[in-house]
Amino acid sequence: MSLDKATVRKIATLARIDVPEADLDATAARLSGILSWIEQLNEVNTDGVQPMSGGLDESMGLKLGWRADVVNDGGIRDKVLANAPDANGAFFGVPKVVE
Amino acid sequence: MSFIIKGETGDWEVVIGLEVHAQVISKAKLFSGASAEFGAGPNEHVSLVDAGMPGMLPVLNEKCVEQAVRTGLGLKAKINQRSVFARKNYFYADMPQGYQISQYDQPIVGEGTLILDMPDGETRAIGIERLHVEQDAGKSVHDLHATKSMIDLNRSGVPLMEIVSKPDLRSPEEAGLYLKKLRSILRYLGTCDGNMEEGSMRCDANVSVRPVGSTELRTRCEIKNVNSVRFVMQAIEHEAKRHVDVWESGAQVDQETRLYDSNRNETRTMRSKEMAHDYRYFPDPDLLPLEFDDAYVAGIKATLPELPDDKKARFISAYGLSAYDAGVLVAEQESAAYYEHVAKLSGDAKLANNWVANNLFAVLNDKGVGIGESPISAEHLGKLLLLIKNNTISGRQAKDVFEIMIKSGQDPNVIVEERGMKQITDTGAIDAAIDQIISQNADKVAQYREGKETLMGWFVGQVMKATQGKANPALCSELLKKKLAP
Amino acid sequence: MTNLTTLTIAAARDKLAKKEFTALELTEAHLAAMEKHKALNAFITETPDIACARAKESDARIQSGKAGALEGIPLGIKDLFCTEGVQTTAASHILEGFTPQYESTVSQKLRDAGSVMLGKLNLDEFAMGSSNMTSYFGPVKSPWKAKGRSDDLVPGGSSGGSAAAVSGYLAMGATGTDTGGSIRQPASFVGIVGVKPTYGRCSRWGIVAFASSLDQAGPMTRTVRDAAIMLKVMCGHDPKDSTSAKLDVPDFEAALGKGVKGLRIGIPKEYRPDGLNGEVAALWDKGIQWLKDAGATTVDISLPHTSAALPTYYIVAPAEASSNLARYDGVRYGQRVEGRSLDEMYSKTRAAGFGFEVKNRILIGTYVLSAGYYDAYYLKAQKIRALILKDFSDAFAKVDAILTPTAPTAAFGLNDKQDDPVAMYLNDVFTVPANLAGIPGASVPAGLNSEGLPLGLQVLTKRWDEETMFRVCQVLEDAAQFPYLTVTP
Repeated sequence: MSLDKATVRKIATLARIDVPEADLDATAARLSGILSWIEQLNEVNTDGVQPMSGGLDESMGLKLGWRADVVNDGGIRDKVLANAPDANGAFFGVPKVVE
Repeated sequence: MSFIIKGETGDWEVVIGLEVHAQVISKAKLFSGASAEFGAGPNEHVSLVDAGMPGMLPVLNEKCVEQAVRTGLGLKAKINQRSVFARKNYFYADMPQGYQISQYDQPIVGEGTLILDMPDGETRAIGIERLHVEQDAGKSVHDLHATKSMIDLNRSGVPLMEIVSKPDLRSPEEAGLYLKKLRSILRYLGTCDGNMEEGSMRCDANVSVRPVGSTELRTRCEIKNVNSVRFVMQAIEHEAKRHVDVWESGAQVDQETRLYDSNRNETRTMRSKEMAHDYRYFPDPDLLPLEFDDAYVAGIKATLPELPDDKKARFISAYGLSAYDAGVLVAEQESAAYYEHVAKLSGDAKLANNWVANNLFAVLNDKGVGIGESPISAEHLGKLLLLIKNNTISGRQAKDVFEIMIKSGQDPNVIVEERGMKQITDTGAIDAAIDQIISQNADKVAQYREGKETLMGWFVGQVMKATQGKANPALCSELLKKKLAP
Repeated sequence: MTNLTTLTIAAARDKLAKKEFTALELTEAHLAAMEKHKALNAFITETPDIACARAKESDARIQSGKAGALEGIPLGIKDLFCTEGVQTTAASHILEGFTPQYESTVSQKLRDAGSVMLGKLNLDEFAMGSSNMTSYFGPVKSPWKAKGRSDDLVPGGSSGGSAAAVSGYLAMGATGTDTGGSIRQPASFVGIVGVKPTYGRCSRWGIVAFASSLDQAGPMTRTVRDAAIMLKVMCGHDPKDSTSAKLDVPDFEAALGKGVKGLRIGIPKEYRPDGLNGEVAALWDKGIQWLKDAGATTVDISLPHTSAALPTYYIVAPAEASSNLARYDGVRYGQRVEGRSLDEMYSKTRAAGFGFEVKNRILIGTYVLSAGYYDAYYLKAQKIRALILKDFSDAFAKVDAILTPTAPTAAFGLNDKQDDPVAMYLNDVFTVPANLAGIPGASVPAGLNSEGLPLGLQVLTKRWDEETMFRVCQVLEDAAQFPYLTVTP
């Protein structure tokens, strides 16, 4: 699979990573190299194979842990906001969004 | 209840599917121990998990699983004993993880049915496509600052059930009935309070139109986050008309997300959703599949209340009510319970229906309160009906007593006793009154005896007047008939 | 006085108990070594004040007879573990200055056991790399040099700071995390023991996530016994991580010394591809012989999907990472580059905050999950992952443990050209399958190559059977008589 510039632009937008126009070709070439190496997997026969249902499933010997419906967290606004680049009073500030 | 839009090129019908986001009733959030309660100060109900801090992990709240299964059972839907949480990836300021934990191709609840109770007493089955559990996003506040939006994460991680209907609805009215019925079921189940104003129930409507007779599905638009039943109906009506106009002008409807502006009664493109979306759903690698067994589901099933449809059927068969009357009574669990209490006390189901559904509901509507705040308790209303049934008071007197009960909240027996409102069933007293009236009104007596039988009403009125309304009207007529006989 | 920094954890534990020296002395010796070897760039953040304070607390507890399992032992913490009040960066610019308000479960357990944190160790950015060259805070140098040469070598990665610190006697042990080999490969490169336990043994809570279904924390130490001691403290069920196993923690140290007599050791043919480095192959053969000599039987086995593991990993790990790293958006913590709109702020922040390799992987991950490609890549990978799991479960029906080389080569030069990302990925070819299968794996230093550089052997066992893994590791360690570095601290 060879990625074109437009696809790189699209995935960079989806990933919210600004890739300068001048770097698109090189990025496309690099990613294409990795993807074409990955494509050796096409040779693996997976007909009828049940995929793992999560990144994880019971085949990993685990069972999903649940929690009780108890309020035992929250009320830590100072901690939540402690590292904010733009803490505005009790809020996180971001550039204005128009819905 | 057909809803046809008359276009220039012909008649169009509307095809509607609804996606309802219902906040699960729980104490804590879906994946954290922060409170899910509405109304705290900004960022007060936020844990490190809800804020998407590095290294934080979701742990599923068991109550939310139970509530989803309960709701699925209430919608007569398929419960999936194995479901998978998936990440829906997109960036937004109030979505701290950069993804929403939701369910995608393996939801906890599959297909089900919701029965619409139509005004004519008929019913219509609407398909439920699925129900899945997901976390809510936070809130962006746009009007606090000139150049910034302010992010409050209190709602981040609040548990939601997304309940998706099949595109089976064909009119704004049906959409409204669907929402009311769904809300009723959720409230019966205790899984969502159904409060649209506080946002604990929100609706997205998928709307498309097609020429009547066609079976194609044309491009649909999704109207996001409409927050009242009335607005949903208005938004659908507006949107359907917009689509007809677009198609008839020869243009294409674009598949897009729109916002409903209730002030202007119009929909418009949602700018924040303009960018092409690709949510890149994949199974959440922080969470194993959600699994439970038959016994778990059976345990929940055993605690289900009687639901509106079953209750309605029972009210029809047990109390002889019409489908419409039964439907009105069962819409709210409390109303149905109130009615049953009154019916049992009075021993007259139909009389109880008249008084509850007509007289009492009118009063509650006037006051704008629910049955829970009724000024008259079911017990008192039952006693009032008993007073009618055993002829202690007449129907007319009962209305007066009812008015007093609304104002005073008093026991009707006390009112009747204190005010001496007991009906006179003593024939002697009534006879005396009749004799006096006959002797004073020889002309009317003559006319009656000559065949003007309509005067009977006048005579009864005179007797009632003479007895200050306390005479039993039926007894009056009976005695009058005897005495006036030629 | 003995050279305190070259002691093992086990020895230091005993000597502290006997009060031959104090925890503070032990800590100060390590702080001095850190100071002396700053050029290794093993630490991103040093915490000498915290270290001394905790060492003093340890001394008090030792005095009062309340010593924990790691009382007074100076450890380094990989800078992927969030530490309360201490900057945690994941070696990324985007998290520079981030001070967690919480302590990761694993580092908390180590602290509760009395250990002393020396500082936060360097790593590949977000643990993505096999050389420690992707760190925003500069590469780490291995304390090792090839015979007769002075050029710097990589310590491996991503836990390169941990590897350098432990092998260079700056710390008695260190935490690592292993997503595709990030504990075992650097352990092999610098001649130390690195253990990746079963997925679900150690809580992931508070560890900056790379690929959630693969990430596991583990110890990096100079001896097998030390690894057993440290791992016991690190693992255990954590209700804050719903993938953490509800299992009792075995006494791994107690399993040591039981030998391998009667154990069946699988030798997978797929780990001996054409062109396998001859010295690596020879060392592997040596390891096989050592185990046989100790009474084990070896069994030739096949793990048919071995060659598919690495490309599968390079779908699964970037896919999960692309989503896990979406939270670094400049809103709640870390660096922000302002923009006129929210999206511009995001794109600029992430472009400036992430390094080259991290961006590569985010873009690959975004691509393989995107509409139209999901089935061809991600779903295919999930199917192959299921096949790899089956390979191992079939194998462990026949054998008790599997022996392989840890890495296909010894450490390479810091200045070697690394243009081809795939060539770099191949470092993890032998370690990645264990992550995909969730099974435990350890690297034991087994010998030196002709250039005098360490090579490790990897021991894999079935899920939750770290005890057998430790038994095999110790037999290898005893047989290898590995020549540890003699650098004077």
